Amino acid sequence: MGTHTELIPGITVEHYLWLSVALFCLGVFGILFRRNAIIMFMCVELMLNAVNLMLVAFSRYYGQTDAQVFVFFIMVVAAAEVAVGLAILMMLYRNMHTTDTDVLNKLKW
Amino acid sequence: MISYIFWFLSFTAVFSALATILSKNPVHSVLYIIVTFFSIAGHYFLLNAQFLAAVHIIVYAGAIMVLFLYVIMMLNLNRLEKEKTQNWMKLLSVVSAGLLMLVMVSAVGRASLMAGAGQPDETMGLTQALGQVLYRDYLLPFELSSILFLSAMVGAVYLSKKEPTTPPL
Repeated sequence: MGTHTELIPGITVEHYLWLSVALFCLGVFGILFRRNAIIMFMCVELMLNAVNLMLVAFSRYYGQTDAQVFVFFIMVVAAAEVAVGLAILMMLYRNMHTTDTDVLNKLKW
Repeated sequence: MISYIFWFLSFTAVFSALATILSKNPVHSVLYIIVTFFSIAGHYFLLNAQFLAAVHIIVYAGAIMVLFLYVIMMLNLNRLEKEKTQNWMKLLSVVSAGLLMLVMVSAVGRASLMAGAGQPDETMGLTQALGQVLYRDYLLPFELSSILFLSAMVGAVYLSKKEPTTPPL
């Protein structure tokens, strides 16, 4: 870890790597830990944001704008995913009266 | 001075992400994850990506989280029945997430990065530079994403339509 990787004074690109690894693992942990489908959706958003943060840090590190365009497209996909996913959840709740993924196991096995 | 802002934003992001996962009330989870998103937007400002920071706040805090809050309140989930997760499942989730963390930490710790661009270009994340790249090099994906949005909208409308003929399962 040398000074040549500094992005802003005192903070290197590795700091941002550690931060996004922590956020990504927290998202994975939340998906495994909680059974409420809405909270699991939020954890998916958290993982997407961890990846976005890493892309922006590397975009600054390498001086390339393209990574920021990728972040833009990830946000687009996240918005579409949330719209469809919450519609599916609404329909599930209307039919099954729960959002617990231990109950919604008809497609399991 | 600016590194203190980094540490403050990082701890805010990590702790409110943890609070999102651990809080019992889904409305509190939404509020905590909005705090996480705002601190990530602060990181984007620190990295001089002003356009992305603004879009991040507008899209995530403004649209996605409002949608989450709307669904939670419409389904009246804020007085949630207790999740019936067994303790061994919780233990397994902690262990497997910890193992993933271990793998990632060791991979990142051993990674040797190529040399960066040195002094970064300060105008890189501004709207003008990003817009030129977006509309010149990424015009086709940009247009395709509008089709993606259209299909997502059609899907959402179709899925949330009431079907009176379906009997409750």
